Amino acid sequence: MKIFLSFVRKEFRHVIRDKRSLIILVGLPVAMMLLFGFALSSEVKNSNIAILDNSRDETTHTLIDRLDQSQYFSVKEILHSEKEIEAIFKKGEVRLVVIFPANFQENLLHIQKAQVRLVGDASDPNTSNIIINYASGVIRSYQDELFGLQKMPYQIELDTRMLYNPQLKSSYNFVPGVMTLILMLLGAMMTSVAIVKEKEMGTMEILLVSPMKPLMVVFSKAVPYLALCFFDVILILIMAVYILDMPIAGSLPLLLAESLLFILTTLSLGLLVSAIVDTQQVAMFISLVGFLMPALIFSGFMFPIENMPIPMQVISNIVPTKWYYSIVRAIMVKGLGFAFVYKQTLILLGMTLLFLGLAVKKFKVRLE
Amino acid sequence: MTETVIHTDKLTRKFGDFVAVDAISFDVKAGEIFGFLGANGAGKTTAMRILCGLLSPTSGEATVAGYDVYKQNEEIKKHIGYMSQKFSLYENLTVKENIRFFGGIYGIPRKELLEKSNELIERLGLTSEADKLVGSLPLGWKQKISFSTAILHEPKIVFLDEPTGGVDPITRRQFWDMIYEAADRGITIFVTTHYMDEAEYCDRVSIMVDGAIAALDKPSEMKKTFGAEDMNGVFLQLARNAKRGEG
Repeated sequence: MKIFLSFVRKEFRHVIRDKRSLIILVGLPVAMMLLFGFALSSEVKNSNIAILDNSRDETTHTLIDRLDQSQYFSVKEILHSEKEIEAIFKKGEVRLVVIFPANFQENLLHIQKAQVRLVGDASDPNTSNIIINYASGVIRSYQDELFGLQKMPYQIELDTRMLYNPQLKSSYNFVPGVMTLILMLLGAMMTSVAIVKEKEMGTMEILLVSPMKPLMVVFSKAVPYLALCFFDVILILIMAVYILDMPIAGSLPLLLAESLLFILTTLSLGLLVSAIVDTQQVAMFISLVGFLMPALIFSGFMFPIENMPIPMQVISNIVPTKWYYSIVRAIMVKGLGFAFVYKQTLILLGMTLLFLGLAVKKFKVRLE
Repeated sequence: MTETVIHTDKLTRKFGDFVAVDAISFDVKAGEIFGFLGANGAGKTTAMRILCGLLSPTSGEATVAGYDVYKQNEEIKKHIGYMSQKFSLYENLTVKENIRFFGGIYGIPRKELLEKSNELIERLGLTSEADKLVGSLPLGWKQKISFSTAILHEPKIVFLDEPTGGVDPITRRQFWDMIYEAADRGITIFVTTHYMDEAEYCDRVSIMVDGAIAALDKPSEMKKTFGAEDMNGVFLQLARNAKRGEG
């Protein structure tokens, strides 16, 4: 045990003195949280739009005002003819053109029917969808106001509620995502690289000739990364709560415990890699391509798994990040308890034991 | 009669069809400086790994410090020291931390370790460098520290795998002074080298060719037997007939 501790202490010194790994360990989570939190947002705010108003009456002016004042749009340009529409899209300055036909107010008041045409730039389909939705919303709410004055005989009222994330904040989506990615990256990559480095430097040989049990050598190398990954979890949670105003709906101890389990999963993956490969480059390559890519694609963080073709959905089940991501979302966003995540927990636990078993089996007790 | 610390009898290791070590038999006595020579690929490293308890032999017998290499390799590890050709200290730990770490994994008690490491640093004349990172020191110093660390726990035998590779002649000479000192204290030295002048420093030398021991004697006797002026001549005569090439 004493030997184990002196080993762990040495390992901490390695990490602390290696500026590059320190920057990755602390800087990466902070950078990712800030980037996703403030720079890379899937919410659309202040999109530039252009207006072609062929009617120029009171109603159209009010509507244009409403659009401009909403936080989603700012009216960048008033067009004067149909010909200008294509030109302005080509310049890429606006994402949406709102076209009012002639006699808009007259039609609305007399035949109770008027048309607005929304023309979006669908070269970016997701954004254009969101923008069209926002614009429809603004127009619809104005229409509701008008109807308030004269009652319609029949009316279906829509009452939509967004559960768990009423403001549709994107942080509810990316905080669990960032946690998953960071742990996968640090846990698997840093651990495997650190162990393989000893092999490359020749110091592993010295350790193996010493009375220390080879497995203990490997495990004690993993301990500091366990601590650092856990530190990163706490760092990300603090940033989520205090900087991004994202509350943790469920139980914090449960969330931490599940995170610990996932860290163990990634560490065992790292150990498995280090048992197989001999150079740092290969270890890094495997971690990036073999672990990070699937983590990005199959966790459900960037692309919804439900929309994938069936074979890809099947594959996603063997990617540990998917399970952890769903656990974090369940606890953090929906506030669910253990009863709702025990299945995912068991799967992660099984994976951890499997990877660990393979790693121990693969790790050569005697050098070859 | 001095004690035998390494004993091998027809020790053999095969990798598939390849016989890396072919039935070697020899004894090494306590306090002896035993030179283990051979061209690259002759099987030196494999033999040494077996004796260090890192590799199991395929057949034959061997005991190191009285322990069997088949079953008691964990015991062997406690009683040997090892220094490899590749540099084997941690570059981003200080001199003091390195010494304490390696002393620690050999289970030297804390208090004793503290005394020993201070004493060692003083003896090596490194007092002012004790808190510097090892990476910033010249290679010759690193190797001295590395050797001192390998014998800090007072092993019966220390295995040195090409310890002086890449070092200038003066530092090599100083390094050998340290080896003599250790041998005087009763530590058996088992050393591989490519430098034939170093072979002359050894009490006895064995030369491996194609996995087998081609010659084993005192350097002076060996020179007589082969009618060579120096160990270089002996080595060339033997190694010329080798069938295995580099690697």
